Amino acid sequence: MSATRWQQAAPALGVLLIVALAALLQFAIRADWVDGYTVPLPSEVLASLPRLFVEEHVLARFAMTAGETFAAATMALVAGLAFGIVLYRWPRLRAAFEPWVAVLAAAPLVLAYPLFLVLFGRGPLTIVVIGFASALAPVILKTVEGFAAIRQVLLQVGRSMRLSPAQEFSLILVPAALPHIFTGLRLALVFALINVVGVEFLINLGGLGQLIGELSERYDLPGTWAAIGLVVLVSVLFFVVLDAGERRLGRRR
Amino acid sequence: MSQTLLPRLVATILLLVAWQAMALSGLLFRDVVPPLQAIASGVGGVLGDSGFYANLAITGFELAVALVLGGAGGLIAGLALGGSRFLSQALERWLNYLGPTPKIILFPVLIMMFGVGAGSKMAMGAVSCFFPIAISVAAGVRGVDPKLLQVGRSLRAGRLQMLTKIYLPAMLAPLVNGARLGFGVALIGVLLAETKLSNQGVGFLIMQAYQRFDMPRMYGLLLVTVAFAAAVNIATDRLAIRLRGSRVRANK
Repeated sequence: MSATRWQQAAPALGVLLIVALAALLQFAIRADWVDGYTVPLPSEVLASLPRLFVEEHVLARFAMTAGETFAAATMALVAGLAFGIVLYRWPRLRAAFEPWVAVLAAAPLVLAYPLFLVLFGRGPLTIVVIGFASALAPVILKTVEGFAAIRQVLLQVGRSMRLSPAQEFSLILVPAALPHIFTGLRLALVFALINVVGVEFLINLGGLGQLIGELSERYDLPGTWAAIGLVVLVSVLFFVVLDAGERRLGRRR
Repeated sequence: MSQTLLPRLVATILLLVAWQAMALSGLLFRDVVPPLQAIASGVGGVLGDSGFYANLAITGFELAVALVLGGAGGLIAGLALGGSRFLSQALERWLNYLGPTPKIILFPVLIMMFGVGAGSKMAMGAVSCFFPIAISVAAGVRGVDPKLLQVGRSLRAGRLQMLTKIYLPAMLAPLVNGARLGFGVALIGVLLAETKLSNQGVGFLIMQAYQRFDMPRMYGLLLVTVAFAAAVNIATDRLAIRLRGSRVRANK
């Protein structure tokens, strides 16, 4: 009985552990065990949070990063679904191009960001294009996998009812592949977010990613740590919401 | 085999022809989408340049240290999380959510801690590969066949013996898979850090080619890097498949 109660309390204890570690760090810096110039006091990091909202326009930056992420992810989802369905419908095309899509998915595309800078200029367009390019291949692969995993029985039912190809698509293929399509959406958003924030930081332009670079160049260490914490928090919340959405979709079926 | 080989070959030729047509059409800047022969000579130029190998050695060394440090950390964290239900429920959720956040944003902090030289790049790579390795090791520990654990216990194996004789051999496949994922993200971490701030390494060369607008060389560097990453990826993937195969055979 008490064992299960421990289990239930575990997540809360995890949070407590992180708070305790922060307190320990605070003590270590105060006691001069850790150099306070390279690692700022956790209390100062917390205190710099309001400043980020008032002076650094975190909310506007957040809106910008979110906008770029959604633009890139939406484009990747639409294009990825289209390509994925084409590859599913024509097995020859799938045999020919799927390996290339897999290579594209495994290639560290973000490394080519200087190339994208030359192609699209140093602006939000480049950031969105890199986010889109990184998310596209995983969405295509997931879509093909999702449609290919549809049970043959469902297709046979459709055929025995003499559905037209359009009816088969909208009444059978899409509903059956819906969970996989949602997984594709999640992948698109995750890849887009990682690459958008990373490139914002790397080319020093735009939303939350740039804020971190800017604060560190101003040698504002508490601000830098607070901004990093904020970005991590935003991404974690983002993943939690996506996971919850996916689980809900899974339960409804 | 030949049934899949032919379409693949056709697809490859189609892609190359499309690229060449785009390059020669004059619709895009010729420097940005160079014709294939220019890219080939760029690759050749990179491979024939002794300076490239010196920088490759530096990046390779940073990557190796990053993998050893991040891998050891990930292994220890993964074993702890996989071995304890409580720790896993308290902390693994964090690991899963922190895993996919963009690690490169930690770079300014790592520069402050480890300097502008190779140290901060190693740290960047180590932080990057810690997460996938820890996550797959934790899952690997939980996936070990309970029968194997009972055998170990009935033979009164000590803690260390259980680890080296039962756990590690039984979870070779997830270990290799974790190392494969870790290698990929550590490589990206090290190279991105080099493009952001450095005066040596392959990432620095890529940035240099960008600043001189030497597009064939930049394509050459990117292609050689991607080919290297892909080769390691395929080799470890094959290894993981073979290990899984041998385990299935052993269980029969």
